[in-house]
Amino acid sequence: MTIIKGYKRPDGTVGIRNHVLLMPTVICSNQVVNRIEQQVSGTVAIPHQHGCSQVGKDKERTHQVLVGMGKNPNVGAVLIISLGCEVMNAEQIRDEIKETGKPVIWLDIQDEGGTIKTIQKGIEAAKELVTQVQNAHRVDIDLSELNVGVKCGGSDATSGLCSNPSLGKASDLIVAENGTIVMGETTEIIGAEHILAEKAVSAKVLTKLYDCIRNFEAEIDRMGVDMRGGNPSPGNIEGGLSTIEEKSLGCISKAGTSPLQGVIEYAEPINGNGFYFMDSPGNDIECVSGMAAAGVHLVCFTTGVGTPTGNPIIPVIKITGNERTAKRMEDNIDIDTSAVLQGKETLEQAGKRIFDEIVSVASGSLTKAEILGHQEFSINRIGISL
Amino acid sequence: MAAYDFNSDMSSIVLNNIDNVATMLCDVKAGETITYTLEGKPQTLVVKDDIRFGHKVALRPIPKGERILKYGESIGAASEFIDRGEHVHVHNIEGIRGRGDAHTQKEVKNS
Repeated sequence: MTIIKGYKRPDGTVGIRNHVLLMPTVICSNQVVNRIEQQVSGTVAIPHQHGCSQVGKDKERTHQVLVGMGKNPNVGAVLIISLGCEVMNAEQIRDEIKETGKPVIWLDIQDEGGTIKTIQKGIEAAKELVTQVQNAHRVDIDLSELNVGVKCGGSDATSGLCSNPSLGKASDLIVAENGTIVMGETTEIIGAEHILAEKAVSAKVLTKLYDCIRNFEAEIDRMGVDMRGGNPSPGNIEGGLSTIEEKSLGCISKAGTSPLQGVIEYAEPINGNGFYFMDSPGNDIECVSGMAAAGVHLVCFTTGVGTPTGNPIIPVIKITGNERTAKRMEDNIDIDTSAVLQGKETLEQAGKRIFDEIVSVASGSLTKAEILGHQEFSINRIGISL
Repeated sequence: MAAYDFNSDMSSIVLNNIDNVATMLCDVKAGETITYTLEGKPQTLVVKDDIRFGHKVALRPIPKGERILKYGESIGAASEFIDRGEHVHVHNIEGIRGRGDAHTQKEVKNS
């Protein structure tokens, strides 16, 4: 049994970070949250482009991501800043986050009387929340509480050869301790879904997985385009990947060999242990943000050509199998698995190193993305702007 | 997918015995000889193009329309005849999936 050091939340969930989240309900509140973040240490803002001129499932998706970010146990308290006339319902967002028992404060720019007054009051509120979350301390937590996202971005041929299979070994170690693995990127299982489908625990899970793929390919058909050039991206192609099938076959090994317990929607809360698939785009930031909103605690992110990706509330561990990238982008890469390609290390040994890093980061060690302040956040949209 | 072993002495790797491509583990120039292991036996091949690290090389002649196999799985189809030793990439293979432009599927054999 492996022990990590985390924070126990009032609702029994466990966090591995203790952020005060500054949440704009709409793009119009971004400047206010950015200014509050600059003034109050221990806060993290999630400026985004959405929250208004949205309807139906698209509106619900933005709502669910905002609520999910607030509910994520890596967040100790939340300050919501609304404008007042937007489509998002700030009161409902506040009430849903409050179900976790964590402190939530909501300020409205129109009610407060403009930018300056809201920033002023927001700074006082944020300072109060940071003071409150200081009462939380790390305690021993069983690794089985941990939800680990697995993701790849900026892939090249080394991703499929060593960084993803190495991560797969780490995924197996996590699931062996009854932890949870979440893999996303519907785009990047196209051509490899039959291999993933063999792992489905039930016909229902299998059907849901194929439905995700069918819906996505139908959208590509509707657009009348070849995916190639968008995904695989120009960088993927430069790195040697010729088709989406080739990329996908290299991608799926990162989840390891565990049975597929379920398929969840983008940002849908994870409700169980073992291996889950989240229906989500391959876009790095949208996918990682959806994982954070679903309750993932940290993401293991493999890259071939190199990317700096981080997230405002969940640590992102960067892993490469490309020796050149490990050297050239040393400030972004946490783990180099290229020794596997040289026959100097086994996939199991590299996987164990990744597992050890997961335990260390879960217990408080900062990733390079955290040290450098990478806080990329983006909400997936599925509808038109009105 | 079958297991495979990395051997630091080989300049390329074949991920499954049924594959018709190998992946380069180093940069190589046209006319140079590369090495790989197939069914446990060391093999050599003279390449016809400059091929970079991570890119693919044809292990045998591949007729137009035939599937390209890597990891023992289809990664697409040849869009033209590819000779043994040639660079295999976007210029001579195309994806079969995610093709909203969908003109290729009719041309692909065995699909």
